[in-house]
Amino acid sequence: MDTIYLDNNATTQVDPAVFEAIKPYFTELYGNPSSMHRFGGQVGATLKQARASVASLLGCEPEEIIFTSCGSESDNTAIRSALNARPDRRHIVTTAVEHPAILSLCKYLEKKDGYEVTYLGTDEYGRLDLEEYKTALRPDTAIVSVMWANNETGNIYPIEEMAQIAKEHDVIFHTDAVQAVGKVDIDLSRVPVDMLSLSGHKLHAPKGVGALFVRKRLPFRPFLIGGHQERSRRAGTENTTGIIALGKACELAREHMAEENTEVKRLRDKLEKGLLAAIPDSKLNGDPEHRLPNTANISFGYVEGEAILLMMDQLGIAASSGSACTSGSLEPSHVLRAMGVPFTFAHGSIRFSLSRFNTEKEIDFVVETLPPIIANLRKLSPFSADKQAPACTKSFSE
Amino acid sequence: MWEYTDKVKDHFLNPRNVGTIEDADGVGEVGSLACGDALTLYIKVDDGGKITDAKFQTFGCASAIASSSALTELLIGKTVDEAQKITNKDIAEYLGGLPREKMHCSVMGQEALEQAIKNMRGEAPSKAEHSHEGELICECFGVFDEEILEAIKVNDLKTVEDVTNFTKAGGGCGKCIPDLERLLAEAHGESVCPTPSDKPAFPAEGMTNIQRMHLIESVIDDDIRPKLKADGGNIELVDIDRDTVVVRFLGMCSGCPSSQATLNNLVESTLKEKVDPGLKVREG
Repeated sequence: MDTIYLDNNATTQVDPAVFEAIKPYFTELYGNPSSMHRFGGQVGATLKQARASVASLLGCEPEEIIFTSCGSESDNTAIRSALNARPDRRHIVTTAVEHPAILSLCKYLEKKDGYEVTYLGTDEYGRLDLEEYKTALRPDTAIVSVMWANNETGNIYPIEEMAQIAKEHDVIFHTDAVQAVGKVDIDLSRVPVDMLSLSGHKLHAPKGVGALFVRKRLPFRPFLIGGHQERSRRAGTENTTGIIALGKACELAREHMAEENTEVKRLRDKLEKGLLAAIPDSKLNGDPEHRLPNTANISFGYVEGEAILLMMDQLGIAASSGSACTSGSLEPSHVLRAMGVPFTFAHGSIRFSLSRFNTEKEIDFVVETLPPIIANLRKLSPFSADKQAPACTKSFSE
Repeated sequence: MWEYTDKVKDHFLNPRNVGTIEDADGVGEVGSLACGDALTLYIKVDDGGKITDAKFQTFGCASAIASSSALTELLIGKTVDEAQKITNKDIAEYLGGLPREKMHCSVMGQEALEQAIKNMRGEAPSKAEHSHEGELICECFGVFDEEILEAIKVNDLKTVEDVTNFTKAGGGCGKCIPDLERLLAEAHGESVCPTPSDKPAFPAEGMTNIQRMHLIESVIDDDIRPKLKADGGNIELVDIDRDTVVVRFLGMCSGCPSSQATLNNLVESTLKEKVDPGLKVREG
């Protein structure tokens, strides 16, 4: 059975062209880029090209890119660097809908190191309130960290405006752009963010490589200390194949950017409209307008997400859910909770995230096969819209 | 992805005895949409006390559906007295085991069964809500001490994590974790002596959510509002979201350039002092 892979916000297929590009660096060109001999030096030259490719996609200088192991490392490096660079500042601003790479770190910093963190809330569409943001900024705010696009709903946040406001308040601005890079146009020569995180495996490079953009002249404190790699800003022998792959993936992302915003978006819209039309008591989660072109988060009322996922899995369809049962947590997605999505829908949320490798035929298959799955699960459920679901005695806020 | 046994998968994909029994002799309803899983169990009992039919409706994950299906299979053909002895362990064993994090699904089955039998005997309504006489331990998931103690006893639970896996208690805000530790100690026969740390460290320590909300309201009414009114302003309590109190300034305070300072230095600091030092206040 072929897999219809609609979980590209979790990870992506390595582009065959990326795979081809890195093959020699496993077998023939395995030198250490820090070595003095030519055997290593030629690898170093390729890393330089990869750095230039990443910088080109982001609209920044190659020297502003630090290669890391993943988005989480980039996020941790950015926040810890900002805090270490300004130890007198003890306040962080972020949002309630960040990835755990940011949220868990902020909770840790609150608990262990006594930092104060303001978590900006959202409205029902997951949108941020810029007035709330402005009010949250304080003289002792060390860093603002707001994701460029949300991994669950695909919501795109007003990063340019928020970064500008931070700049006016002399606050370092970091954005976790792991989901946005390669899908939306990013031009750091125009957008005044100070640091930006990205991850290779979200844009068709392998897992285990990421990058952090650090704007020139920004005070920086390394997270990993050791050798002189990355101009002493990130110690450790480079993941050469990962970095070369990331460079190639960034080249390809530039080439395919228009396709992401036309063909991928068209398929996403077809899927979304098809499911919402065919399945009663279903609703879209997230901002209908400002959203990644590949992401559709849909809730199906009165059924539970894990059950839907497993039924889909039987048909070879891979997606993701914000339901509690998929995570081992007992409460549904913190993103949906922050948006105030009712319980009726929160437990039955499914995230479909497409890539340029998805086809029309696959989308047609999902639109055709998912409605009966939901109908069958609803037959099992004691709740339904016409059965007047028992009053929810608890709310998200309890 | 969870590792489910073939039997769990089979009962999830091909659930047995789905539906309702119009003239059921006993009905047990447990769980809710809020909790993420719910089960309604129907039983039909003949004059000899034998369960001749059992049906279910379940909202929940694969484990919840499979546990419900397994329960009905275990029930049909047994006498009520025999059925009464079925525990969540029996349900899980019938399925060849469940992931530890999903054991609460089997406990839900046991609870629905207990409720259905009580309902059949005229001892309780079909829905368990509010019928407990014990102490409410986990407010997030509505779990009472008797359920927790039963789960500890039947499944020989040793840790708080175990208790959460089996009952969901402690899986929300986590405030009941000290109570879960106490119940574990009690169940294992360990003495629980009050220690200095058991004493309230701040006014709202140990309060239920409702009591805490009332205290916040009264502090706003008695200590904060009069001060704002003296300056021509006022305040409205909008929401309480765990440790975040959301308020709205009214009158002169609304749009006042110093409202942030008022929020921090008067509203938040008073609530921290008189309710809970963990509270944060924001305008909404």
